[in-house]
Amino acid sequence: MIIAERKPLTEVIEMLDGAQQVTVLGCRSCTAICLAGGEKEAKEMAETLSLSSELNGKGWDVSTLTVERACEKEFLAPLEGRKGTVVSMACGVGAQVAQAMFPMLNVVPGVNTSNMGAPESLGVFVEKCAGCGDCIIHLTAGICPIARCAKSLLNGPCGGSQNGKCEVSPDTPCAWDQIVKAQLERGRADLLQVIIPPKDWRSSRNGGPRRIVNPEAVPGERQKAWRDEE
Amino acid sequence: MSVSLLQGALDEGKFAVTAEIGPPRSCEPEQLRKMARGLQGCAHAYNLTDNQAANVRMSSLASSVICLQEGLEPVMQMTCRDRNRIAMQSDVIGACSLGVRNVLCLSGDHQVFGGQPQSKNVYDVDPIQQLLIFRRMRDEGLTWSGETLSRPPQLFLGAAANPFADPFEFRVARLAKKAEAGAQFMQTQCILDMDRFERFMGMVRERGLQDKVHIIAGVIPLRSHKAALFMKNRVAGMSVPDEVVDRLRRAADPKEEGIKLCLETIDQLKSMEGVRGVHITAIAWEDIIPRLVDEAGVRP
Repeated sequence: MIIAERKPLTEVIEMLDGAQQVTVLGCRSCTAICLAGGEKEAKEMAETLSLSSELNGKGWDVSTLTVERACEKEFLAPLEGRKGTVVSMACGVGAQVAQAMFPMLNVVPGVNTSNMGAPESLGVFVEKCAGCGDCIIHLTAGICPIARCAKSLLNGPCGGSQNGKCEVSPDTPCAWDQIVKAQLERGRADLLQVIIPPKDWRSSRNGGPRRIVNPEAVPGERQKAWRDEE
Repeated sequence: MSVSLLQGALDEGKFAVTAEIGPPRSCEPEQLRKMARGLQGCAHAYNLTDNQAANVRMSSLASSVICLQEGLEPVMQMTCRDRNRIAMQSDVIGACSLGVRNVLCLSGDHQVFGGQPQSKNVYDVDPIQQLLIFRRMRDEGLTWSGETLSRPPQLFLGAAANPFADPFEFRVARLAKKAEAGAQFMQTQCILDMDRFERFMGMVRERGLQDKVHIIAGVIPLRSHKAALFMKNRVAGMSVPDEVVDRLRRAADPKEEGIKLCLETIDQLKSMEGVRGVHITAIAWEDIIPRLVDEAGVRP
């Protein structure tokens, strides 16, 4: 899922300077699960903004709306008819889809979208995937070194790995330490000797913004004609 | 055929000496020239660090060329942190065209350690892949993507090994991978924990790796117990036994004790099977190097 965290309130308040109608948009998908922008957090944000408006005489008319999945147009219809500013508690994807669908609204971010990860323990979320577009975790014991090694090394740990920790922070496990241990446990030390050659990054963000077309899901000519008839 | 003095010395079975020089944070080359002149004849080759600890310095390429002009043979260090494969190949072509032959391939310290922690890092390739790229340029006369180099670079390729980082059981495997990818010499992290280094070399010899790649062992003269503590607590991937810290703390003259300790280490390394030389890192104490090589009896 997509991991996000709430923006500092002062930043959000600054973005609302001069606003009148304010809708706090929550999302029941990823940002709800990482406790950054679900219905509860959207309501909390709306209450805080109302209070701030009252205290500082801003005159904001704050309401809240939470949708199932802000990154799909189908779920954003309830925004129809709203005016003014939308504080998106959905991820950066949801915020952009909402903005594109309703160009007259001013969509501002209420969260910082961080990464693709998973909950590790209560309230702790860890990055797992860098979305490089060419998965190799079958070679690395199911642990992605591109996302989880601070240097995205593909052929083993750097000289800064110590006691299972990354040189960057004592809170960060060394992904390669985990990979090496997992491979040894599985009896796959042989995989650790395989040299992974320079990666083709074209499938990653480095190849430019990506567009995935699934030919099976794209309507064919006959289906299009049938749809048009309807 | 050897392309550099360092390669020549190693191939002839001489005990090699390399020494590290930290380039200045300045456009004034005279200080570097002076240091280079002072170090002349102390080592077979001199490593020019590449924005060490992620702090901005004169580039390793420029400082390598300045050293060449002063009659020193450089080992140009190149990290994967700041360059993609295009810049790496371009820098190697440029360096070789100016006379640089020894290139050391490194991951590089993460930028959070340096003065510009806000920067983006590159890591398009890792040091093993970097070796593959440079070897292809040299041996096949091709860029990584297959374009012909009308004159390929002459290179003696090196890499780093850290016997003190974890997981220990993988450290020798990584050295083997680097040798397989094209490393001809390996310079190790500074050795203060001799027990661990001996275990490491034992594993190297078990696999016969000392015959595939020249291993140059890192040494460091420490000026005080504070320097030892800094290495122990602040430098990633270092192992500093408490005895070393205590020995320097108790010493009446810590500097002299540090030199003595370093000389003892070199002495042990000289007779260790599979060790083909020493790499001296005397950070901000480069002028001690002549005395070290003389007293250790390793001056080339």
